[in-house]
Amino acid sequence: MATRLFATGAAVLALSMSLSAGSGAQEVVKVGLILPMTGQQASTGKQIAAAAKLYVDQNGAMVAGKKIELVIKDDATIPENTKRLAQELIVNDKVKFVAGFGITPCALAVAPLATQAKVPEIVMAAGTSIITEKSPYIARTSFTLAQSSVITADWAAKNGLKKVVTLVSDYGPGYDAEQSFKERFIKAGGQVVAELRVPLQAPDFAPFLQRAHDAAPDAIFIFVPSGQGATLVRQFVERGLDKAGVKIIGPGDVMDDDQLNAMGDAVIGTITAHMYSAAHPSPENKAFVAAFEKANNFRPNFMAVGGYDGMHLIYAALKKTNGATDGEKLMAAIKGMAWVSPRGPISIDPETRDIVQNIYVRKVEKVNGELYNIEFATFEAIKDPVKAGAKM
Amino acid sequence: MLTVLFDGIAYGMLLFVLSAGLAVTLGVMNFVNLAHGAFAMAGGYVAVILVNRHGVPFFAALPIAFVSAAILGSVLERTLYVRVYRKSHLDQVLFTIGLVFMAVAAVDYTLGSAQVFVELPAVLKGQFDVLGAGIGKYRLAIVVLCGLITMALQFGLARTRFGSRLRASVDDPTVARGLGINVGGVFAITFAVGSGLAGLGGALGAEIIGLDPVFPLKYMIYFLIVVTVGGTSSMTAPFLAALILGIADVAGKYYVPTFGAFAIYTITIAILIWRPQGLFARAAAR
Amino acid sequence: MTTRQPGEHKQEIADHLASRADWRPFEIAFWLAVLATIFLLPDRHLLLSQVAILGLFALSLDLILGFAGIISLGHAAFFGFGAYLAGLMAKHGIVTEPVLALLLAGVASALLGWATSFLVLRGSDLTRIMVTLGFALVLRELANRMVWLTGGADGMQGIDVGPVLGWFEFDIAGHVAYVYSLAVTLVLFLIARRLIYSPFGLSLRSLKDNPRRASAIGIPTRRRLVAIYALAAGYAGVAGALLTQTTQFASLAGLDFERSADVLLALIIGGTGYLYGGLIGAVIFKVMQDWLADLTPQYWGFWIGLVLVLIVLVGRDRMADTASHVGASVVELARRAVDSAVGRDRPAEGG
Repeated sequence: MATRLFATGAAVLALSMSLSAGSGAQEVVKVGLILPMTGQQASTGKQIAAAAKLYVDQNGAMVAGKKIELVIKDDATIPENTKRLAQELIVNDKVKFVAGFGITPCALAVAPLATQAKVPEIVMAAGTSIITEKSPYIARTSFTLAQSSVITADWAAKNGLKKVVTLVSDYGPGYDAEQSFKERFIKAGGQVVAELRVPLQAPDFAPFLQRAHDAAPDAIFIFVPSGQGATLVRQFVERGLDKAGVKIIGPGDVMDDDQLNAMGDAVIGTITAHMYSAAHPSPENKAFVAAFEKANNFRPNFMAVGGYDGMHLIYAALKKTNGATDGEKLMAAIKGMAWVSPRGPISIDPETRDIVQNIYVRKVEKVNGELYNIEFATFEAIKDPVKAGAKM
Repeated sequence: MLTVLFDGIAYGMLLFVLSAGLAVTLGVMNFVNLAHGAFAMAGGYVAVILVNRHGVPFFAALPIAFVSAAILGSVLERTLYVRVYRKSHLDQVLFTIGLVFMAVAAVDYTLGSAQVFVELPAVLKGQFDVLGAGIGKYRLAIVVLCGLITMALQFGLARTRFGSRLRASVDDPTVARGLGINVGGVFAITFAVGSGLAGLGGALGAEIIGLDPVFPLKYMIYFLIVVTVGGTSSMTAPFLAALILGIADVAGKYYVPTFGAFAIYTITIAILIWRPQGLFARAAAR
Repeated sequence: MTTRQPGEHKQEIADHLASRADWRPFEIAFWLAVLATIFLLPDRHLLLSQVAILGLFALSLDLILGFAGIISLGHAAFFGFGAYLAGLMAKHGIVTEPVLALLLAGVASALLGWATSFLVLRGSDLTRIMVTLGFALVLRELANRMVWLTGGADGMQGIDVGPVLGWFEFDIAGHVAYVYSLAVTLVLFLIARRLIYSPFGLSLRSLKDNPRRASAIGIPTRRRLVAIYALAAGYAGVAGALLTQTTQFASLAGLDFERSADVLLALIIGGTGYLYGGLIGAVIFKVMQDWLADLTPQYWGFWIGLVLVLIVLVGRDRMADTASHVGASVVELARRAVDSAVGRDRPAEGG
């Protein structure tokens, strides 16, 4: 029918008008921030976006004669979206940095693109060790899961925990945490009496906690995505496992600052190892937390500090190259960069381009009516153990 | 072992309360309401806000969650759903998924993306030791509460006038109308009750399965599984199906952990291939 | 009415059926517009390539939903299967030329569809939904566990795809990817179109309308359903393989429940049963999503939900009717303009 012809034609015309692309301008350095703003990881995206904006507000948009422009895109943690958005940002918007990346597959999908286009890829969230190996243009300001898991093992061994049950989510990061912990813990003389894996979707921890209880360990090493950690700890307490003298240990992802207060008093006393606590007693952190809470109505967490430091890295690199945006020069400037972040002193390892930072062991305590992770032990300048171990 | 059985029962009953409303709307009104999880989420968040921010006692917050979800359900039903009853199932899918997207984004906007937790009263924390099995107090409360609700539903369906009107409207709406039964009103009340139950389930489930803005999308699958496996021809069918699935899920994860995640899906597939109309459905007249 | 010989009837019917397969103007306009985007919208080729892939995927779902009445909420199983196969072939150098790998992935997915067709042969709509969904989720969990094969949750990296047909290397701006995806979609569409208007396709339609009557007149319903299900699975596998080849990455997202749900939404938006629904729906859904996400990266879900709700409330029939009325008025105006320009007198048209 001729009418269908016109309907189609009109639709295509309307669509083509809405699809007109933008273009970059000179003297503006665009930074493409690709984050999970919707979906399961939405809180990660929110935290990083807020932190990045805070950094730009505090330090102004001008660096080395160039104006920084943040372009925030939502990839909904679907890697093909991340790749397409990164590609569009690089080809159409001519961004000079791609940053963000909420989960590992999203960071990995963009790696070949970063290499091909010679654009630095700043990973502000994803935590699997192999990411930085996938392209010479990747630098990370977040953390690796192995860093925290290994320190947990070190601390556990030093503090008389002999028998441990590992309880991790049944997916890649869970396996990584389990492996890193197990290797280090066994090397330090400990014993892993059971390795439990919980399905990622709709977990009811009851059967797994029951199994853990059956094994009568000194502690349970847990790694689950941040939202589930609280449910796990609460069910742990409900079953009376804490009264049975079993401790909970693990990477600090489960004691997410953003959710800590909502978790309730059941989690007081949980010991975790992580690179950031909102209660870190340094002047830089106090200023950061105060400014962040003022601009947003929530507390910054370890994702936020990854975003904040990622922006710092971008600014510092541009300053070092005097505003030159050539990818190779920027990466050369990035390698070896060191500064004091709200989390403590950090640096970018020149060999692996991964983050080197302190890992703190901390305990959940109530301070002024709110729950915080209070640091009580520091392990300094920890490199990613998986890459460091591979070299030996 | 007893603990695992008990945990499975508690999980199953929670699933039932959450899914009962969906079984009703699907079986009774032949309406595919994929937004069912949104009502559960609404009830859950109402309870969380009342208990955490306003100090309302937990046991008082539960009926309020039920009522608010029921009210939300009837308002939406009278204004929006009623226009979609005559449309094809596919259109209903599109419509209700659209509602879910809106609900998820709205909750994200107003209450944040993070997971929320309910402050339980002290009497519900911890567990009893019965014959060497640990019986969680909260889970016990769930079993008791859901058991009462199920009995009330069964009683209401089988023994009350409203129940017979409902059953008549299900069997043959045209004849029922001919007899003077206000079929539209019956459906409206049923929908409201179903949504209210979902809200109650959401409030109860916050502690066990968590509550966040993405809840309706995450758990839709489980509600659908209960409803399909049970069949939609009675109230006891989804109840038993939920129990079976709950126990199978929990026991599977305990005894065969590597198989754990597959358990619920493979059991569903197996049951549905063996009995395509659901476990307990008689040959449908539909 | 004069009585006619049986033979004449036969010829009439045959002619009528054959004429249904004629290309209608809107179809030609559609494909011309699509081909025009290659030249008119070079900036958006990356997005359009994913639109084409979603369109092909939705087309495959239309084959079973619109033409055979089988509803599936787990069609992503075949999509992801094809995606991973294509990834494996490229990564391990088994087949480096993309078109060949695509064909192989398609055939393998069709075989998987054939093997699992028994799942959808019995049962109500709801049963089929759950069984297909269950199967897709089981497949996803398998892919999650088999980290050595699929890369697990991290995804399959290191996929190096060779140039298409040995000549056209995938470029960073996505031009080759788009033309490739579009070409594959067009070819598969043409094949599907041929099929739909063939006796096989007609038997499918009668099967969908009334399975009992269809089998009573001798149509092997079971075999037909299995055949179309396998074909649809093959098409879905090709779509998945296309995604892997054009993005050089394969992940669990290809097997997710969201993937199955999105394609169903796209198809429902466009309309089932006339082959173009999947393609049109894919365009509307993806372009709208991209545009809204640009405006509000965090809350675009709300607006998309609103659009979906409005589409249903207003009613797609009413929308199509309005579009037809608008189109008809435009056609009428154009005709009158042309006639007055030419100086021809026309009697006033009724209505």
